Amino acid sequence: MKVAELADKLHLECLTKEGDLNLEVTGCYIGDLLSWVMGRAMEGDAWITVMSNVNIIAVATLSNVSCIILAESVTPDPAVLEKADAQGINVLRSTLSSFEIAKQISEVAGL
Amino acid sequence: MRRTYDIDGKDFSVAGAASSDFKVLLKKLGIPGDVIRRVSIAMYEAEINTVIHGGGGKCEAEIADNRIVISFIDQGPGIPDIDAAMQEGFSTASEQIREMGFGAGMGLPNIKKYTDDFQIQTVVGKGTTVTLCINL
Ligand SMILES: Nc1ncnc2c1ncn2[C@@H]1O[C@H](COP(=O)(O)OP(=O)(O)O)[C@@H](O)[C@H]1O
Ligand SMILES: [Mg+2]
Repeated sequence: MKVAELADKLHLECLTKEGDLNLEVTGCYIGDLLSWVMGRAMEGDAWITVMSNVNIIAVATLSNVSCIILAESVTPDPAVLEKADAQGINVLRSTLSSFEIAKQISEVAGL
Repeated sequence: MRRTYDIDGKDFSVAGAASSDFKVLLKKLGIPGDVIRRVSIAMYEAEINTVIHGGGGKCEAEIADNRIVISFIDQGPGIPDIDAAMQEGFSTASEQIREMGFGAGMGLPNIKKYTDDFQIQTVVGKGTTVTLCINL
C-alpha cells in the first residue's frame, strides 16, 4: 500500500509537501531511540515515533523508511518539516497512540 | 574517490549530514542497496559519536575498487575502556542528549554488526579515531 493511501485510510495529517507519497509501505517499526531505529527499521517501513526533533529526518533519510508517523499529536520542532521537505521525507501525524496506529496499519495494509 | 567532511560538535541539528551526503554519492555510483544500507547505519553511528562524545572532528571517506573505508577523527576525551564501550546499552551520554533520542548505547555494537572491519584508536585526553571498512 502506498503512503498516500495509508494516510487517507488512517486519517493521518500530512505535514510535509515534498515527500514522495507514492512510496510503498512494506512494514512498520515503532521506536524513539535513534540507534535502534537506524539498526532495526527496514526499508519501506512506516516509522512510528513520538520523537519530534530534527534528528529523526537524518535517520529516516538513511534508513529508507517510507514515512514517519508522529503519534499522539506530537508537534515537531520547526526545523523538522523544513528539513523533511528538503530531503523529500514524508512526515505524517496521528492523534492515536503508536499501538493503535500500528494495529490499523496491519489491518489496512494486510501486514 | 575521496570525500572529507568537517563534523560540527555543537550543532546537533546537522548531525548526520556527512552520512546523508555520502549516501547520495554511493547511490550515484550505483553501489548495491544492501551495501549502502550498511554503510549508512555504521557511518551515522560513528558520526553521531563524533558529535556527542568527541566534540566534533572530521571524517575521511574513501571508495576503492574493493572496499569503502571511512575514518572519524576527533580530539575529544577518548574512551577509557573500549570493552565496556562496546557493550550493548553502555552509554555515558547526558540526560539532555538522551532526550534527543541518542545515547541508547547501541552505536558501537551497530557499527561492529554492519561493517566487515572496524577499529578504534583512542588515547584518553587526546582523542579518538574510528575506522570502518565495508567490502564491495
Ligand atoms: N568518539 C568518541 N569519543 C569519546 N567517547 C566515545 C566516542 N565514541 C564512543 N564513545 C564512548 O563509548 C560509549 C558507547 O558508544 P555507543 O555504543 O555509540 O553508545 P552511545 O553513543 O549511545 O552512548 C559512549 O557512551 C562513550 O562513552
Ligand atoms: Mg553512539
